[in-house]
Amino acid sequence: MNRQRLKAKLIKYFLQSCGSLSIIIVLLIFLFLFKEAIPFIGSPGITELFHNVWNPVSFQKEEFGIVPLITGSIVVTLLAIIIAVPFGIIGAVYISEIASPKEREFLKPFIEILAGIPSVVLGFFGLVVVSPLIKDVFQLNSGLNALTGSVLLALMAIPTIMSISEDAIKSVPSVYKEASLALGASKLETIWKVVVPAALSGIVASVMLGMGRVVGETMAVMMVTGNSPVISFNPFSSVRTMTATIAAEMGEVTIGSNHYMALFWVGIVLMLMTFGLNLISYRVLKKYGLSEK
Amino acid sequence: MRGITYLVVLFIAYIIIDILIHGLPTISWDFLTGDPEKSGAEGGIFPAILGTLYLVVGTIAVALPLGMFSAVYLTEYAKQNKLAQSIRMAIVTLAGIPSIVFGLFGLGLFVITLNFGSSILAGSLTLACMILPTIIVASEESLKSVPQYMREGSLALGATKWETIYKNVLPYALPGMLTGSILGIGRAAGETAPILLTAAAFFLPELPTSVFDPVMALPYHLYILATQHPEAQKILPMQYGTALVLLFLVVGLNLVAIILRIRVRKKYKW
Repeated sequence: MNRQRLKAKLIKYFLQSCGSLSIIIVLLIFLFLFKEAIPFIGSPGITELFHNVWNPVSFQKEEFGIVPLITGSIVVTLLAIIIAVPFGIIGAVYISEIASPKEREFLKPFIEILAGIPSVVLGFFGLVVVSPLIKDVFQLNSGLNALTGSVLLALMAIPTIMSISEDAIKSVPSVYKEASLALGASKLETIWKVVVPAALSGIVASVMLGMGRVVGETMAVMMVTGNSPVISFNPFSSVRTMTATIAAEMGEVTIGSNHYMALFWVGIVLMLMTFGLNLISYRVLKKYGLSEK
Repeated sequence: MRGITYLVVLFIAYIIIDILIHGLPTISWDFLTGDPEKSGAEGGIFPAILGTLYLVVGTIAVALPLGMFSAVYLTEYAKQNKLAQSIRMAIVTLAGIPSIVFGLFGLGLFVITLNFGSSILAGSLTLACMILPTIIVASEESLKSVPQYMREGSLALGATKWETIYKNVLPYALPGMLTGSILGIGRAAGETAPILLTAAAFFLPELPTSVFDPVMALPYHLYILATQHPEAQKILPMQYGTALVLLFLVVGLNLVAIILRIRVRKKYKW
């Protein structure tokens, strides 16, 4: 009997430690990002990061201002979300309220496939198809700009926005709809004036989750945005995001150098941004009992 | 509204068809089993395919058992205590961390501090941390779908808690756990940013012989061919071929998961 009890205890502790590993990994991530980044505060000093020029490899004066990288990420992300939101929300409404069950069974997995396409493949597609197209349509010198990056990122955000918005729309109690229809509203009026407003917080959360995904996306943006670190809010200018900077430059730095530490700071800023976005959206989703997804 | 929804569908179809049409002519036995020549401009991509398989197998070996055990703890043992809440919080946090940050973390911990170097081991461990949340959430869902009376019946007959889980819950939950995990594995196969910093090399004269060797990998190979290669314009067929193989691998895995999921749902209707 005692042996059995011991065995049960051992099993429980084993499973418990497996589960706790997730907590440990999160702590380790924070720990190691800061561990590699902290010496930067002593020299060359934390204020260096707030400057407006990112020029980490220079014989005269290295500059580690991450402002252009942050604005680059923000421009690309906002543009992507502006493109993705109408598609994501209208798609969600269509799939949950209008499509026939057969159509739904085809549409949902198909859009899931979009979520599964590796970002490097999307980036490649952007490079050979989307970027020349945008160059021709807007008559630019180069198709490698913020807009091209945003189009690809919008494609990545659409599945997230669609599937979570759909859940939110589905969870609207059907009595709302029935009441509206009974009062003589048409189906479309019911959808846009009753169902969507009732699901709005879930929809907003889905957009924020999509944003979190987009900010952190690396390969596609790195391949098509042109990568020049300038502060610009023009969608046709070449930009460089935080993610692309880390991925492109980490391979060439000396470990422990100022440049190396600055890249870890970029990583910290990036993580805090996505962390904030995710935290807010999960709060909202949890409030409405949608946090399962 | 139908128009806008189908515009998205059309666009996805266009991406897939474009890569199929331009990629298929490149695919041949030599392409799939040959070594790259002239820095990837000619020859095949065998080492990259093999490298991606090594990374995926390594990732599964680490993440799958850990994720499944975590899910068992969360659904069967912990329910709602403080620790479980913190674990759930950690999973949500992990799921939101950008892949390049996982790359930085893998670089700091596995490559430099633990001195694994840029290697299969470091890459697999990094990818495993990244897909752990996907596997835990999928496994949890599958465990939850096993009805409570399956557990109660077993416990009432005098089985211990672990016997109940092991013999009466896991066998029914396992297919769902595995199919859910395939999605995470597909993600690991297609990721570039983390292995860029922890495992990948563009060209290696020999195949890796131990877990401490760096590898070539399909996503990284495509990235280099498309953006860093001096004659990127001329070797378009090689790029399309590599993209097709990668897409086939990842979308193939996803399709398998989706089909299996439908079949599993039909098999166990409680």
